[in-house]
Amino acid sequence: MAEITQLIHHYLRHNKKFPLVFCPGCGHGIVLGSLVRSVHALGLAKDNVVIVAGIGCSGRIAAYVDFNTVHTTHGRALTVATGIKMANPKLTVIAVMGDGDAFSIGGNHLIHAARRNIGVTALVLNNFIYGMTGGQCSSTTPEGAYSHTSPMGQLESAFDIVELTRAAGAAGVSRGTVFHVKELDALLTDALTRPGFNLVEALTPCFTQYGRGNGFKSAVEMFRWLKNSCLPLERYAKLEDPGGKIPIGSFVRRDVPGLETRYAAMCQGLRAKKGGAA
Amino acid sequence: MTTPRNKRREAFLLGNEAVVEGALAAGCSFYAGYPITPSTEIMECMAKRLPHVPDGVFIQMEDEIASMGAIIGGSLAGRKVMTATSGPGFSLMQEQIGYAAMTETPLVLVNVMRGGASTGLPTSPGQGDVQQARWGAHGDHPIIVLSATDVPECVEMAVTAFNFAEKYRTPVILLLDEITAHTREKISLPEPGDFEIVSRLTPTMPPEWYKPFEETMRGVPPMPPIGSGYRFHVTGLTHDAQGFPTSRPEEVRALTERQFRKIDRFFEDIQLVEHVETADAEVVVIAYGCVARSARLAVRQAREAGVRAGLLVLKTLYPFPRRHVEPLLRSTRLAVVPELNMGQLSREVKRVNEGHTTVRTINRIDGQIITPSQILKEIA
Repeated sequence: MAEITQLIHHYLRHNKKFPLVFCPGCGHGIVLGSLVRSVHALGLAKDNVVIVAGIGCSGRIAAYVDFNTVHTTHGRALTVATGIKMANPKLTVIAVMGDGDAFSIGGNHLIHAARRNIGVTALVLNNFIYGMTGGQCSSTTPEGAYSHTSPMGQLESAFDIVELTRAAGAAGVSRGTVFHVKELDALLTDALTRPGFNLVEALTPCFTQYGRGNGFKSAVEMFRWLKNSCLPLERYAKLEDPGGKIPIGSFVRRDVPGLETRYAAMCQGLRAKKGGAA
Repeated sequence: MTTPRNKRREAFLLGNEAVVEGALAAGCSFYAGYPITPSTEIMECMAKRLPHVPDGVFIQMEDEIASMGAIIGGSLAGRKVMTATSGPGFSLMQEQIGYAAMTETPLVLVNVMRGGASTGLPTSPGQGDVQQARWGAHGDHPIIVLSATDVPECVEMAVTAFNFAEKYRTPVILLLDEITAHTREKISLPEPGDFEIVSRLTPTMPPEWYKPFEETMRGVPPMPPIGSGYRFHVTGLTHDAQGFPTSRPEEVRALTERQFRKIDRFFEDIQLVEHVETADAEVVVIAYGCVARSARLAVRQAREAGVRAGLLVLKTLYPFPRRHVEPLLRSTRLAVVPELNMGQLSREVKRVNEGHTTVRTINRIDGQIITPSQILKEIA
């Protein structure tokens, strides 16, 4: 226990007032824990880790961790992360975003970050709703689900984050949940060590804004739902009828160098050609 | 054995290309942008040049919003950064300009103005973004806006823009117009030592003592690059001296007032103008950008015709150089403000004037230049 306390003091900011802003039953704190455990497991120096967050509940994660932290404008976390990574490729840059952040307002930036394969880890906290804004639908709200801006049930279909990111060309794509914490830790740790653009989708419940309006009786019930409906990719693939089940695990693992590496190689080539006189 | 010091490299450059020369001379090593006429040459030139600059980074982003995000990131990581755009792109960048002002992130944004609202006149000149440059981003924030009249001045003002951005930890907007950007003139390429180059102050205290948004003697706190051991929080939310969000009235007020004061206190350094025969002038033309070139000829012709005319060229548009404009409005019988818009800077002149002299505006919005004779007609 003492070791855990020490770790908490090492990675979380003393001068930041706790408790967290998150509601009871929210999964964001679990993702925060997973993030810290992954960084610890990899032995990364705090000075070399940069958390770039967007706006919303997930964006607040940045303020609690004792890394270099940037809380950007809504939807633009990946653009700032791209700038930081290109300016200093030695840094481990993690963009923490919500589903609205990453796939609604920031959708264009996400597909382009995946396409250009910038060496950033995107951690998307998907709770199917705009939480901090007060429960409006997002581009991942399931069809038929209720929200304050889809009071008759969502008519639009939802993005499949994994499929979209895979199609855009990301080097790594995986999905975990805050119920399957050990697996989430492993997925995030893996993503942080791989080159290029790696996205981890973390399914996390928002009981306050999503659960209550969609028939969940408690936050615990939402965790139970995650437990029952998510299953490892290998087992999902064997199902004859997926019937609303959600596969979790690692979907894409391509070992391709990130843009920052390719850019540095190009510049080095130019200098070599000029005999170092550039 | 002597080497002639004045053997300079000369070039025949566009205003846009000169901006790149100035930026590189100032130490710019990071450019992110999205192509848009008439600013594109800046980006194309940077794409060629930056890979040869040590650690130079060029990246074409997916849109203007992303470009601003990328240079903000680059600046936080310690680089001198720039982007360039034109009207429609400039509008998209506004939210991030406010973010850069709030987080006190140094950056240079070149806006080569084109005519009209919306897509307007992509290849014709205009000066319609003056008020947008000052007030485009939401909320109260100070900003520095510069302009240039010709190609050599594009070099000079690009360097100045970087120096101000670094010195005052603030976004600086360099407003050009299509004519200045697309005029080709012979210039001497900048050599090391031509300009004083300023870089941001970095902290020297131990990391645990550092407060990223602390009040200092100059009002401008030092800024370490991300990854240098000073871990701190950057947010667009109103924050305390440590950088954490706050809504306590005294902390909110302290932050905003310091951000304004760090610019206000240095008006003398920031407000740049050029006086042309204003000492004994009874008529003064106040102009900026390409219009100032027409005005220069008009004033000379007026002098030849016996009218005591003078010209005040505004190199800084904001903070508005009141300390230069006001005395002239007190000492002349007529001030003429020619502009390629419906009167965006003449509003400022009239605000400062407070009825002391006659202010006459010349406004042209048809994508054509204001000619010397057009100005001469108003002053002679």
